Amino acid sequence: MRTFSKLAFAALLIGFAAPALAQGASSTSITVQQPWSRATPNGAKTGAVYMTIDNKSGTADALTGASSDVADKVQVHEMKVENGIMQMREITGGLPVPANGSVVLKPGSYHVMLIGLKKQLTAGETFPLKLTFAKAGTISVTVPVQAMGANMAAPNDKGGMGNMGGTGNSNSSGGMGKMEMK
Amino acid sequence: MRTRQWLLPALAGLLGFAAVALCVVYAVSFRGGHGVAAITAIGGPFTLIDDTGAKVTEQTLAGKPYTMYFGYTFCPDVCPTTLLDLSRWIKKLGPDADKLNYVFVTVDPERDTVQSMHAYLSSFDKHIRGYTGTPAEIAQIAKAYRVYYKKIPTDDGSYTMDHSAIIYLMGPDNKFVTVIPYQEDDASAIAKLKSLSGMPPTS
Repeated sequence: MRTFSKLAFAALLIGFAAPALAQGASSTSITVQQPWSRATPNGAKTGAVYMTIDNKSGTADALTGASSDVADKVQVHEMKVENGIMQMREITGGLPVPANGSVVLKPGSYHVMLIGLKKQLTAGETFPLKLTFAKAGTISVTVPVQAMGANMAAPNDKGGMGNMGGTGNSNSSGGMGKMEMK
Repeated sequence: MRTRQWLLPALAGLLGFAAVALCVVYAVSFRGGHGVAAITAIGGPFTLIDDTGAKVTEQTLAGKPYTMYFGYTFCPDVCPTTLLDLSRWIKKLGPDADKLNYVFVTVDPERDTVQSMHAYLSSFDKHIRGYTGTPAEIAQIAKAYRVYYKKIPTDDGSYTMDHSAIIYLMGPDNKFVTVIPYQEDDASAIAKLKSLSGMPPTS
């Protein structure tokens, strides 16, 4: 627990520094904050990736697709439980990222779904994920895998430091900024 | 477009929920504790295969109270979450855990084989058994338990499943007792399971 509070403090410091870093990093608009995934059960063929996508420009964008080495296919899904029924749909028209706003992908809501997992995702490892946006182009992030029971990105999570994407002039700054403490 | 997509399942869900709610009221009123024979509309005969390959029926479960949850292994979020919740509750039950059986029934029998169910469940508490069967057998048990499930085709020719995300708690007489809804808090869920484990076994 003491380690946790230290980590939380460190994360808080990073959190304070992040806005400056994120803004200074690039003039472009889209940043991906704290991508994370969950360890998958043995033999499971699917997994989910969560994150917060920030749009600092005055133009709306949309997450239109994704790909990763760890899965045959990657899709953007919406999930909800309504009246006790779990429903999941692929978002085919792109997930809107509003101008000067953000969209949160989290358990029980939007997620990037990994379909046809080539290997079991185990806690502690990371994997690469490419996100494609309608305007911002491709953003590459590194996704850390949390324990199966995790409900949010780890507070000390440094993962997801973005690389320059393939087609876009975008930049991502994962692992910093928004703390979703609950 | 998106609204339309949700409309049908939402309506079906609403109907399903109303049915469950009615059954709950019905069951509770008959379980009032005056020794009145319980008449419930949830549960019934089935024939399936468990994740070790053994044939199972409602008689396999009779004698001990049990929990029954319907899901599928391609489910990325709700099913592992629920099975993890259940695993945590089972641990908290301590020695009482053995007074119950725990069943995970697939609603996706085409993809969930005996082997894949067994592998999948190895990631959760060892008390939880997986049941699969032919599509017709799964349809039968889903009907008996008033479970809603529906195959939703995806653009790439594959599919996902909509399904009830409720854990049913059943008595040793195979009769419906109550439910644990999705993301019930630990204290309440454990209290329900404790209470269920206290039901006298029948032979």
